[in-house]
Amino acid sequence: MEKKTCLYDRHVALGALMSPFGGFIMPIQYTNITDEHNAVRQHCGVFDVSHMGEVRITGPDAERYVQHIFTNDVSGAPVGQIYYGMMLYPDGGTVDDLLVYKMGEQDFFLVINAANIDKDVAWMKEHTAGFDINLDHQSDQYGQLAVQGPEAEQVVEEVLGIPCRELKFYENKEIRNLENKKGDSASSKSLIFTFSDSPIIVSRTGYTGEDGFEIYGSHEYIQQAWDKLIESGRCKPCGLGCRDTLRFEVGLPLYGDELSADISPVMAGLSMFCKLDKPEFIGKEALAEQKANGVPQKLVGIELADKAIPRHGYPVLSMEGEPVGEVTTGYHCLSVDKSVCMALVKTDFAKLDTPLQVQIRKKTFPGKVVKKKFYDKHYKK
Amino acid sequence: MAKFEEGLRYSESHEYIRVEGEYGYIGISDYAQHALGNVVYVDMPDVDDEVTAGEEFGAVESVKAASDLISPVSGTVVEVNEALEDKPELLNEDAFANWIIKVQLSDPSELDKLMDVEAYKAHCAE
Repeated sequence: MEKKTCLYDRHVALGALMSPFGGFIMPIQYTNITDEHNAVRQHCGVFDVSHMGEVRITGPDAERYVQHIFTNDVSGAPVGQIYYGMMLYPDGGTVDDLLVYKMGEQDFFLVINAANIDKDVAWMKEHTAGFDINLDHQSDQYGQLAVQGPEAEQVVEEVLGIPCRELKFYENKEIRNLENKKGDSASSKSLIFTFSDSPIIVSRTGYTGEDGFEIYGSHEYIQQAWDKLIESGRCKPCGLGCRDTLRFEVGLPLYGDELSADISPVMAGLSMFCKLDKPEFIGKEALAEQKANGVPQKLVGIELADKAIPRHGYPVLSMEGEPVGEVTTGYHCLSVDKSVCMALVKTDFAKLDTPLQVQIRKKTFPGKVVKKKFYDKHYKK
Repeated sequence: MAKFEEGLRYSESHEYIRVEGEYGYIGISDYAQHALGNVVYVDMPDVDDEVTAGEEFGAVESVKAASDLISPVSGTVVEVNEALEDKPELLNEDAFANWIIKVQLSDPSELDKLMDVEAYKAHCAE
């Protein structure tokens, strides 16, 4: 039985196509994926991403603990900084990819994938021995919105009244006492909520390749914020369908497709988020070995000559017809009008411009290896 | 919301066939194109390929997923709708005007197993 987010009733009322994802029943699209995709690229869209999981790590050893389970390096980070990275198994396989928010000197907020919440929390708890920390699993306390697109900054400031323009890319702040400025009641555009007992967290992050913000708050706050955004008409409700096409186009990985227990960050081309100069973290030796000796398979981009669409799991073949890999995600790329995919292929076939074929149903279609970024990101840094 | 056209035969998997003499024009129903959403690619067989009633002969792809096309009849492909190669969205604009393949029927009695428009409406309402 799938869980519902705090916005479930609103999605149904908007007529969204609902489908299971990561243990939740989530909106896939409200109108259609193409329109929602373009709204985020050109204006602004809002996503319910309340299915994401949250874990708070506090205590004297919080930083040392995060350093132990996380591949990126948070040592000496300023409060408000956010890091992307992975948790790894000792063999280098990926437990999950996640964001780590530094909230205070002894306070970290970890955001994990919905489908992995139970597994991740169990994994974290297994590795607390020897650390003086408190691990608080808070997924049920938070709803989350992602407001994404070139107009996101104005929308978040003007519709939600959250001052966010000073946030740089991958910075966050926690807001505990936003004053209720109801004096300006004539302006329905600007409503600022009071939530003295229920802080919100705002970060300049996202999963679309556009500028944007992610907002974490109580269910009540997230419901009010969603209503305000939709009523404003300045922000299109967007489903997980276009979240996937948007993240795919800019080459962002999805756990389960481009990362898994069998796909290490080195294979996925994400070594830059794994700091091998750190004293230690789980999986470090395995990654160092992979970096030194190479990996059997690598994640690549493939561009097809034809419009046929490569989908997850379709076989990738050499020009001689020998199986050399599998598609991880593929689409007819909406922003560049080409059929493209990411695929995990034998390393010998991973060089740029290597000709390859993808089997799509009964036919094979020729293509070539390209960079696994099909559209340029437009972050505001 | 979906439109239905009289005089066609329909399959449970939402293909229609418009019969003209020994030939049939096969496409997807308006109900099917609604359910699929934006069609971005149509995978069609080649002329002279054989199709078999109840078996896959191609696919219609939306952004999110590929849906197999199931032939309502057996026969030989004599023409494919090449306009769909460049403009697959024609299926969304008018599914009944934009057939996908033209087939020479090998066993017209197969048509009796398909639904008329009233039966198909009831099928869609289930």
